[in-house]
Amino acid sequence: MLSIKNLKVSINEKEILKGLSLEVNAGEIHAIMGPNGTGKSTLASIIAGRDIFNVDSGEVIYKGKNLLEMAPEVRACDGIFLGFQYPVEIPGVSITNFLRTAMNEQRKYRGLEPITAKEFFAKMEEKKKLVEIHSKLTNRSVNEGFSGGEKKKNEIFQMAMLEPELAILDETDSGLDIDALKIVAKGVNSLRTENNAFIVITHYQRLLDYIVPDFVHVLYEGKIVKTGGKELAFELEEKGYEWLKN
Amino acid sequence: MQPLVKNNILKEKIIGLSRENREDIIGYDTPDITKIREQALSKFVDLGFPDQSVEEWRNTNLDNALSYDYNLAFHPVKKITNIESIFKCNVPHLNTLLLPLLNGWHVFMGEALKTLEDGTIVGSFAHAIKKYPEIIGRHFSKYSGAGKNGLEALNTAIAQDGIFIYVPEGVEVKSPIQIVNIIRPESNIFVQARNLIILGKNSKLTLVHCDDSYNLLPGFSNTVTEVFIGENAKLNHNKLQNINNDSTIINSTYFHQKSNSKLLYNAISLNGGLIRNNTYVKLNGEGCETNILGLYLMDKTQHIDNYTYIDHVKPNCNSKKLFKGILDEKATGVFNGHVHVRRDAQNTNAVQKNQNILLTDTAKIDTKPFLEIYADDVKCSHGATVGQLNTEALFYIRSRGIEERNAELLLMYAFAAEVINHISIDALRDRIDDMVKKRLRGELSVCDQCVLHCSSQEQPVQFDIDMSLLKTNN
Repeated sequence: MLSIKNLKVSINEKEILKGLSLEVNAGEIHAIMGPNGTGKSTLASIIAGRDIFNVDSGEVIYKGKNLLEMAPEVRACDGIFLGFQYPVEIPGVSITNFLRTAMNEQRKYRGLEPITAKEFFAKMEEKKKLVEIHSKLTNRSVNEGFSGGEKKKNEIFQMAMLEPELAILDETDSGLDIDALKIVAKGVNSLRTENNAFIVITHYQRLLDYIVPDFVHVLYEGKIVKTGGKELAFELEEKGYEWLKN
Repeated sequence: MQPLVKNNILKEKIIGLSRENREDIIGYDTPDITKIREQALSKFVDLGFPDQSVEEWRNTNLDNALSYDYNLAFHPVKKITNIESIFKCNVPHLNTLLLPLLNGWHVFMGEALKTLEDGTIVGSFAHAIKKYPEIIGRHFSKYSGAGKNGLEALNTAIAQDGIFIYVPEGVEVKSPIQIVNIIRPESNIFVQARNLIILGKNSKLTLVHCDDSYNLLPGFSNTVTEVFIGENAKLNHNKLQNINNDSTIINSTYFHQKSNSKLLYNAISLNGGLIRNNTYVKLNGEGCETNILGLYLMDKTQHIDNYTYIDHVKPNCNSKKLFKGILDEKATGVFNGHVHVRRDAQNTNAVQKNQNILLTDTAKIDTKPFLEIYADDVKCSHGATVGQLNTEALFYIRSRGIEERNAELLLMYAFAAEVINHISIDALRDRIDDMVKKRLRGELSVCDQCVLHCSSQEQPVQFDIDMSLLKTNN
C-alpha cells in the first residue's frame, strides 16, 4: 500500500529524514517509536502533504502512485488520514458541518453522490458512541476551547467518520489519561480491517498494550535503525533509546 | 466618465447652487432651522471638503470621488418608472415597512407622512418639518451640531429630505422598518439625505437601512442620520451597503442614548467605490448598552473607512465594538475607533476590537483603536489584528479532503460569521449570509436593483460545499 524508499527530507537546509525506508501493507499496524526530534512527526506530515518541507531525494509510492505529487486534499480523498499531534482550532466552523463537507468532497472525488442528511447523522451517532464523545461537542467549533483529551478524541472521531485506508496517528496518546487512551485504542481496533493500515507514532509502549502492532520500528536520527515485532517495544521501554546507540 | 473638475471647483459650484436654490432648500423650514442651515453653510464655506491634512481623514483621499462634475438634486425625481421594481425587496420572509429614498427624496404614494396603528409616525423628513415643527425643533441638529466636518455641515445646510421616524413612548414597533436609499443618477449626482429617528421612552424599533446604487454612473451620497434613543428604549439597527465601484458613500450617524437604553448597530459593507462610515455614539445616561459591529469585504481598488466615536458621558455604561474585514486585490481600509471615557463615567466597560485579513500583498489596512480615559474606575480594552489566513488551519482542513479554494472560503466565511450571527432578524441574516458567501466567491458585484437582490428567491446561493450547518451553537 505504502512504499517509502530512501527518503531524505530537510527544512531550512537542516536535514531531518536521512534516508528512511518503510513498507506498509494492507491489514498491518506499524508502530513508530523513537526519541524526540528524530523526524517522527516530519514523516507523518510528509505523508499527509504538508508543504513546508523539502524532499531532497527518495520516493513515496502509495497504491502505485507518486504520493509526493498529490495535493493534501487529493491524498485525503484517496484514503490517507493524519491524526494531528496538535489539532488546529477553527473558530466558527462546527465539527458537524466540517465533517459533512469533508465527507462529501471525498465522495465527489470517488464519483459518489453526497451523503444524505439522514445517513450522515445516523453515522455520526454511531461513531460518537464509539469514541464516547458528547453530543454537544459536535455542534461546537472544530477544536475551539477543547481540552487536550477532547481534541485527540475528535481526531479519532473524524478518522472513524472518514474511514481511511491508511491512517497515521501522530502521538495521539500523548497527554491522554488511561481511559482516553483506551477509547482511542478501541477506535483503532474497531476500524481495523484487512483492507486498511495504520501507522501509530508514539513515545510509549503503553499505547501498544491496547493497539497491538504487527511491526515496531525505531526511528533514530532520521532513519529506521531497528525493526521488530511488538516485543521490541517492551525492550525499548526497559532499556531506553540509549541502548540503540551501541 | 472621466473626472472633470477639481474639488475646490466642486465646492464653489455647490455653494453657488445652494445660494441660487435657497428658496427651495428652506421651503419647509421654520426660522430656527433656516438659522441652523445658514450657520452650517458658513461652516462648509470655511472647511470645504475634508482632506488628508485632517487627522481623522488622513488615510482616506476624497480627491477622486470629488473630481466629477456632479449635479445636485434640489427636486425629487419627477417621473419614476418601475418604482415598485426598483424598491422591491425580495428577501424571503422579510416583512418590513418599506421607506424608499431616491436621490435623497422620500418616494411615497399617497401621504408623505403616515401614522401607523400604534401611533408611530413615518415618512418624509421635509414634510415632518412642516407638520411637526416642535419635534423637529427639539431634535434636528441637536446631536450632530452643524456637523463635525465639511461634508456633514454641507448636509445640514442643504439636505431637504430624508426619512423621519417617530416612535412614541412605550410603543414596540412590531415589524421592522426598512429604509432603502438608492442613488439613480441620470447624470453624475451628489445626494444629501437627512434622516431623523426618534425613539420615545420604553419604545422598541428594528431598523434595516440599505444603501444601494441603481446604475453604474458615479454617484456621491452624503447622508446624515440623527438617532435619539430615549430612556429604556431599544434600537436594533442593521445597515447594509452595496453600491457600484464608481460611487461614494459618506454615511454619518449620530446616536444619542438616554439612560438604560440599548443599541445594537450592525454595519455590513459588501461593495462600494469609497465608503466612509462615521458613527458617533453619545452615552448620555446611566446604564446604557451599545454594541457596534461592522463587517467589510472589499476588493479591486475599493476603499472602506470606518470611523467610530463612543462618548461615555455618564457612569455604568457598557460599549462594545467589533469590526472585521477581508481585503482582497488592491482594496484599502481604515479603522479609527475612538472611545472617550469622561471624568464622571465611572464603572465604564468598553471593549473595542478590529480584526483584518489581507488576502494579497497589495491590500492595505490602517487600523487605530484609541482610548481616551479620564475616569479612574473603568474597564477598557482595545486590540487590532492584521493577518493572512492561518496556513496551519488551511492544511488541517485540506488534510480532510477539502480542496484549497474551499478551505480558504470556509476560513473566510467563519471569520465573517462572528458579525453576521449578531443580526437578529432571521430572514435578513440568512440573506446576508448568502450575500457574504457570494461575495467571498467573487460573484457579487453590485446588485442591479435593491441591495438585497443578490439571488432570486427560487435559487438560493449554493456553495460548492455545504455550509448550511456552519453556524455553531455554543
